[in-house]
Amino acid sequence: MDSMFILAQAAKAADGFPPGKTQLVIIVIYLAALMSLGFFANRLFQGTKKDYLLASHSIGPFLLLMSLFGTTMTAFALVGSSGEAFSQGVGVYGMLASSSGIIHSLCFFLVGIKLWRLGQKHNYTTQIQFFRDRLDNDFVGLLLFPILVGLIIPYLLIGVMASGITIQSLTAGAFPDIEMFQTESRGTNGGIPPWLGSLVICLVVLCYVFFGGMRGTAWANAMQTMVFMVLGIVAFVVIANKLGKQDGLLENLKVIGEAIPKEKATRIGMSTSKFFTYMLIPFSVGMFPHLFQHWLTAKSANSFKLSVVCHPIFIMIVWVPCVLMGVWATTGLLPPKPPLPTLPNGVVNQNAILPFMVKVLTDPLLGGFVSIGILAAIMSSLDSQFLCMGSIFSNDIVGHYLGADKMSDKQQVMIARIFVVLIVAVTYFLSLQGYRSVFSMAIWCFTGFASLFPLVFAALYWKRLTAAGSIAGILAMIGTWLYLFRDSNWAAKRDYTINLQLGGTELEIMPVVASFFACLIVMVLVSLITKPPSEEKLAKFF
Amino acid sequence: MRKAVWIMVLLLVIIHQDFWNWDSETLVFGFMPISLFYHACISLSAGVVWFLACQFAWPEDLNDSVGDA
Repeated sequence: MDSMFILAQAAKAADGFPPGKTQLVIIVIYLAALMSLGFFANRLFQGTKKDYLLASHSIGPFLLLMSLFGTTMTAFALVGSSGEAFSQGVGVYGMLASSSGIIHSLCFFLVGIKLWRLGQKHNYTTQIQFFRDRLDNDFVGLLLFPILVGLIIPYLLIGVMASGITIQSLTAGAFPDIEMFQTESRGTNGGIPPWLGSLVICLVVLCYVFFGGMRGTAWANAMQTMVFMVLGIVAFVVIANKLGKQDGLLENLKVIGEAIPKEKATRIGMSTSKFFTYMLIPFSVGMFPHLFQHWLTAKSANSFKLSVVCHPIFIMIVWVPCVLMGVWATTGLLPPKPPLPTLPNGVVNQNAILPFMVKVLTDPLLGGFVSIGILAAIMSSLDSQFLCMGSIFSNDIVGHYLGADKMSDKQQVMIARIFVVLIVAVTYFLSLQGYRSVFSMAIWCFTGFASLFPLVFAALYWKRLTAAGSIAGILAMIGTWLYLFRDSNWAAKRDYTINLQLGGTELEIMPVVASFFACLIVMVLVSLITKPPSEEKLAKFF
Repeated sequence: MRKAVWIMVLLLVIIHQDFWNWDSETLVFGFMPISLFYHACISLSAGVVWFLACQFAWPEDLNDSVGDA
């Protein structure tokens, strides 16, 4: 409450500022509030590794719901969804949001709860620990390590890049006279350049993860989730009223609804087979290493119930307004000036659609508040991912090979913190390498994680799974994924699909189908022809 | 009831493939494209189905867990 009061006071003071500066002031104060939350969480820190990485399994139903939801809703959910709706229309919601509502909760229910129980029982912190123990094989850990890290880095990049783009769009006009802040696009000219905005966001997230650990991360996630849900709806109402120019909200919505072009209001440009095969993408949640870690923070199995039930509804609350705002940007109701933000090659920068609309169609005060909502969604994922990467390095590499029992808890926490700093630094420098679509990068990252879902599911429910079968399945998956990723020209072909001819009809299949079934089939076949695990080992898990 | 819950989950996956709405330009409440409205309803239905799953299909082998003790 205090932080909201301070924000309101600051916003009031900043109201007379030039364009972009009000937003900047509000963003700065919000980031300061987040950092203080990390310092406060640090005061409750018990000094143990379990407390730093898993908040001592103390997270109850509400905090678990907010932190799981905040973690899964990334830049992809807000900036990516509105940008993709701008480009492909409302079908984006069915393709990813409603399917996620079904599949994410399925993963929480079938995978999350069971992993939580095993994690409690056998003191796991990371996925790799679980797989090494379940399969009684060290190499599985070595194989999974570069794959999980390699897949999470693009996911981190999405957040870091989107935060820089968002801050630039929202602060455009603040510093038109500073040469290094000038751009050719009027929608971004004079705004904080992406390299600087991304750097600040990285440092803020690093600060509260470094000091607050998992407790700070869960608190920050809960706060940020509330912020972006409420402010997203506020932005939706304000933008609707501004675009429609009628008296009431419903009248405004009707005017805008009728102006949506047919190709954006329907799915005529979308392939049915592509839509169907997208259904596999949300299975990625079952293999996200940062979600594994969040699941283990739960106080009890019952803590999961609220997340399982509310997750699909929360997705709807966030995605429906974002998708609508994305298609509204295609209506021609937007003011002609300033023009939509473009990339250096002249193409509309769809990642900047939502921040641009907020900037142009809301007043600076509200724009500032909404901008922190967008940043909140981005940061609430970045923090968990950074912490998780630190955990993987410290547990599965340093702790595993140097012997965690030889180190004190304090030393292990220090190692985790050092790795968090290194991961943030590497991600930041990679983010400077240039523009990529948030949406297409995310899809390749999700494809990789989703394709590993058969592995975690079999490890939990199939006694016949063997280490050889798992290794073969992982290799088949990564081989297929790499082949297809290369074939897509490393995600440069944005709408890349596998095209199959069936009875004269061409079917567009998402690459995830190939890598998912490659993993599943090879894993099952090799497991069946290799020696089954001993009853003694299985008794620990079944 | 456990079986009924899993049938409902399967049903959700099936009705998610709403090819009949593909090129419909109908605006629900005069502003919301039907494709979007239909899938928003799927999200709400998913919430209801998962509520039923928590009530009637909750895993039984969790009682001996540390956190539930």
